Amino acid sequence: MKVIDANGIHYQQLNALIKQTAASGEDDIRVLNVRGQRYIGDGMRGDATITVEGVPGNDMAAFMDGPTIVVKGNAQDAVGNTMNEGKVMIHGHAGDTVGYAMRGGTIFIRDDVGYRVGIHMKEYEDKVPAIVIGGKAGDFFGEYMAGGILILLGMGLYPDEPIVGNYCGTGMHGGVIYIRGQVDKYRLGKEADVRPIDDKDQKVLGMYVEQFADHFGYDAEDILSGTFTKLIPFGKRPYGKLYS
Amino acid sequence: MISYVLPEFLVMRDENRCIQCQVCVRQCANDVHYLDEKDGKVKADDAKCVNCQRCVTFCPTHALTIIPNPQEFKANANWTKKAITEVQKQAESGAVILTSMGNPQEYPIYWDKIVLNASQVTNPSIDPLREPMELKTYLGRKPDKLEFDEKGRLITKLTPQLVLNVPIMFSAMSFGSISLNACESLARAATELGIYYNTGEGGLHSSLYRYGKNTIAQVASGRFGVHANYLNAGAALEIKIGQGAKPGIGGHLPGEKVGAEVSATRMIPEGSDAISPAPHHDIYSIEDLRQLIYALKEATNYTKPVSVKIAAVHNVAAIASGIARAGADIIAIDGFRGGTGAAPLRIRDNVGIPIEMAIAAVDTRLKEEGIRHQVSVVAAGSIRNSADIIKAIALGADAVYIATSALIAIGCHMCQKCNTGKCNWGIATQDPQLVKRLNPNIGARRLVNLVTAWEHEIKEMLGGMGINSIESLRGNREMLRGVGLTQKELDILGIKAAGE
Repeated sequence: MKVIDANGIHYQQLNALIKQTAASGEDDIRVLNVRGQRYIGDGMRGDATITVEGVPGNDMAAFMDGPTIVVKGNAQDAVGNTMNEGKVMIHGHAGDTVGYAMRGGTIFIRDDVGYRVGIHMKEYEDKVPAIVIGGKAGDFFGEYMAGGILILLGMGLYPDEPIVGNYCGTGMHGGVIYIRGQVDKYRLGKEADVRPIDDKDQKVLGMYVEQFADHFGYDAEDILSGTFTKLIPFGKRPYGKLYS
Repeated sequence: MISYVLPEFLVMRDENRCIQCQVCVRQCANDVHYLDEKDGKVKADDAKCVNCQRCVTFCPTHALTIIPNPQEFKANANWTKKAITEVQKQAESGAVILTSMGNPQEYPIYWDKIVLNASQVTNPSIDPLREPMELKTYLGRKPDKLEFDEKGRLITKLTPQLVLNVPIMFSAMSFGSISLNACESLARAATELGIYYNTGEGGLHSSLYRYGKNTIAQVASGRFGVHANYLNAGAALEIKIGQGAKPGIGGHLPGEKVGAEVSATRMIPEGSDAISPAPHHDIYSIEDLRQLIYALKEATNYTKPVSVKIAAVHNVAAIASGIARAGADIIAIDGFRGGTGAAPLRIRDNVGIPIEMAIAAVDTRLKEEGIRHQVSVVAAGSIRNSADIIKAIALGADAVYIATSALIAIGCHMCQKCNTGKCNWGIATQDPQLVKRLNPNIGARRLVNLVTAWEHEIKEMLGGMGINSIESLRGNREMLRGVGLTQKELDILGIKAAGE
């Protein structure tokens, strides 16, 4: 294990240090006193585990291609931006645009997320990215989604507090969104179709929820005992008739 | 519903010349020509013709001519044939009219209202046939000052630069909008010429990674095919914010163009629409742009210059200043004549400003702010010949992007139907039968020929002005004069009127 103290270090220096450490063969890197430094894990390959103590800045795990990042705290915007492979676990909240155009790997967030989460996520053959969120999500959840899996668990909500904001799944043309409980129809984009959960969905949910529960100390069965709403796109060509 | 839309073109077949060989039938992907079984004669359905001239070129007896349909409506300066036809089309389809290539409307072409200087008597012109002429161009941020140690060695750390043998690059065209053979033609030509081509937003096909040294890899709002290998494959990265043909809107590659190869390169399922949102959803401000610029620099360990491409719009100078301050190494500005594989007609024909005005305004503004050296400026959006390039550089550009002229070089006949995917020249199509009509060896040869010819013309024009280095022309507006322009236009272009 190698410990890096991020106290007072500019992100360029910090990230160079993390990359050097990983390149030297160290696969357990702990970064302490992180206070908003951006781009941690950006473009990194390999299979190192980076544990971040503090609050990492924007674009953490952007373009990341393999490593695991564990954040012991909240994260800011654009976690896993265009991420290709690897795993991110956030023991707290995350900001806007988590997993924008994400292509692969998984992101687990214990609490809530902001706007535009999972926007334009993709998938190709067996490369299917997934984001599991313990709390609630803001507007434009899964907007323009082209593939992948979004799971929203809605734990810790106040009574009658909405689990998701407006325009959920607007422009969706691929992938699947699972939301625990019911979602008011008016919150959905017109490209998102509500479908019943089948056995295959149960399996997918079971697999991701178990991992989520493992990481954050929840009871998976408890979470899975609730009902889920499944959203898939009406078609993979939402705007096919708009142009001629 | 009977269509009221008249055929745009008529196919004229000289029956005395036609030998009924059916080459035209086989060449036309629009199914215009057909053999009439009843009388054994080749005939044509004019309504399907797009005037791409594939049949005209391949007819062995030159029996074919395509002419505009001479049928006119009652004369009306306001309700022109075009205006009426467009209403008819939309009344039948209920859809946004889609079109391709650059804005063809009759706006002023400022290139044609600017003339160049030449030496007479008081300073000698230079003959490029007997004297060296430097066209080498470096794109990227330049240092504020250079520092040396006591032994005269440079200690200033230089930022990465693109090195161009000629100040010309092939502009972004994605694999998907154009064929793999078209991409390969551009890549090979760029390699041979010592310049760069740009992947566009469709990722990089696995067979094209070997041209990485001469590749600019684009990152657009859909982030198609963007991953660590892709980011590291090219010599530079380009964030696409906007495009001259469709400022302010995203792009939809229709599902029918997303076959197996495009699907694998973009990493989306076959037959799915490839939708690029209008904005990057991680960029809602100049500060956010800076965030993505540095995310890309971090991902590539500061080894590659990052370009930001925008459409030329009203406040382009202020926007460019923001982009420079956001840390871009290159700003590419695409004027309203810039081409596209597909754009809504109303947007293409009505949004954006001329590149000539934009380049002059940006260069002036960056100089006024003392930051011109921090960023290179690339002009795009209908560079038709070498004189346009000379004028663009004298107005303040470092280099130009060409795309429409590059496609014309490899066979495009400007029929403006790229969006249909039925390009008979094998360029804007993914149909394997059509794609193989374009041989990348011949495509590359034609592109190398074009740029080589322009290179010599640039040298001759430079020599005529008594200049032996393209560096000395950059922003040198003394070399330009305006003809038939208003004082306001001259002021914006920063040039004098002819005779002054």
